[in-house]
Amino acid sequence: MKLTLKIWRQKNANDKGKIVDYKVDDVSPDMSFLEMLDVLNQDLIDKNEEPIAFDHDCREGICGMCSMYINGRAHGPDTSITVCQLHMRSFKDGDTIYIEPWRAAAFPVIKDLIVDRSAFDRIQQAGGFISVNTSGNTQDANGTLISKHAADTAMDAATCIGCGACVATCKNSSAMLFVGAKVSQYALLPQGQIEAADRVRNMVAQMDLEGFGNCTNTGACEVECPKGITLENIARMNRELMKASI
Amino acid sequence: MSGFLKSSIGRKVAMALSAFFLMFFLLMHVSINLLSVFSADAFNTASHFMGTNWLVQFIMQPILIFGVVFHFVMGFILEFRNKKSNGIAYVKNNGAANSSWMSRNMIYSGLVILAFILLHFIDFWFPEINHKYIEVLPEDPTRYFGELQHKFTPLWRVAAYVVSFILLGLHLGHGFTSAFQSMGVTAGRKKTLKTIGKVYSIIIPLAFIFIALYHHFNH
Ligand code: HEM
Ligand code: SF4
Ligand code: FES
Repeated sequence: MKLTLKIWRQKNANDKGKIVDYKVDDVSPDMSFLEMLDVLNQDLIDKNEEPIAFDHDCREGICGMCSMYINGRAHGPDTSITVCQLHMRSFKDGDTIYIEPWRAAAFPVIKDLIVDRSAFDRIQQAGGFISVNTSGNTQDANGTLISKHAADTAMDAATCIGCGACVATCKNSSAMLFVGAKVSQYALLPQGQIEAADRVRNMVAQMDLEGFGNCTNTGACEVECPKGITLENIARMNRELMKASI
Repeated sequence: MSGFLKSSIGRKVAMALSAFFLMFFLLMHVSINLLSVFSADAFNTASHFMGTNWLVQFIMQPILIFGVVFHFVMGFILEFRNKKSNGIAYVKNNGAANSSWMSRNMIYSGLVILAFILLHFIDFWFPEINHKYIEVLPEDPTRYFGELQHKFTPLWRVAAYVVSFILLGLHLGHGFTSAFQSMGVTAGRKKTLKTIGKVYSIIIPLAFIFIALYHHFNH
């Protein structure tokens, strides 16, 4: 396959940045999207040019690092996948592909396609945990009875990998799908319920402080989330906050 | 509690509550207007009651005005803040791939409704206030039907009605279910609400359009 790539290049956080065109020949349809970029980068290195900086780690859809806005969509044209799980067979020979970093005021660009997602870490630190005594006399996990339904729903919420696609695709740059998932995974379990009120208050406050926008229920996040986190988690977060406030 | 009202979610809930109120009001309004199609007398009686009953005039009307103003001011504030959260715009963005046009353009459908509300105030509310409180004309319980017919005579006004109510339908097509989602309704109820939302957002604007066309062609 022969492709034209239009890629966002930005030297550092202060640089203005711009779209730069690249031509790649010899792309195999079986390559993953990241492998295609690896080939382009090798080419750039051989030519003594600066390679394109992009985030990646596990390359199997579990770490959430690979953040790219491809042809106008978070993680590219397919649903329920990350960029590392996207393959070149999803494109046609001769295609032009736009590759941009996540866009949100709370996710500033560090370089090229890499953005700073530490806002998510700070939200997590504000309450995305439970306090347990680990001094040696911990309870057996099976000592606390949990309904199958609650355990499954909590696990579904816990599959969020913190990739930020929900923010990137949202017209309001809202982080409510992410925060909703994190609030839900604890609120559904007895171990998490003890600190539930403080957790939701603190996490929402931190989310607002970071400058994420306000959800208007367009549902774009749910479509683009690689892990199938549903809007139900946002509704649950809203319920939790209302409960915590009265 | 004050923290809640200042939070992003608090604003969503306030938006949804004002929207519930407006949707309830719309239902009342269309019911009374529909009377005008069946009987001039019934419409006059209902309008006279609404126009003279103190509970409606001095309690419900101020709440309504507050509700409308609150809703669109809050709508502007949300839009403005969310734009600020965006940062730099994408060079290529395919919004249609994952969300409806209605949901992405609430501010524009809202603006058309706002323009309509202004026209509506100039048409009906100002003359009404003038009649009752400024010139203090003698009350005639049969005047309402004639005023209504008169307003729907010019084609431009009927056209403005039709366009505005189509946009109200689009506003509600997203807004109805959105308001329930903001209030944290559980997933199990969503299918039913979606159906009710579709029916509401099509039937109500259609009924208003029908009334306008009916009086335009029958007077
Ligand atoms: C009778 C008139 C109106 C009705 C029945 C109505 C109804 C609704 C409903 C049901 C929602 C969804 C609320 C939610 O998601 O929680 C909504 C949202 C919205 N409305 Fe209206 N509306 C009306 C007039 C207006 C006007 C005049 C504006 C002025 C600009 C406006 C602007 C907005 C905006 C921007 C939103 C999106 C905010 C959000 O989803 O969080 N609306 N409206
Ligand atoms: S909710 Fe989905 S899209 Fe958002 S951060 Fe978690 S995994 Fe990514
Ligand atoms: S590189 Fe880990 S999810 Fe893509």
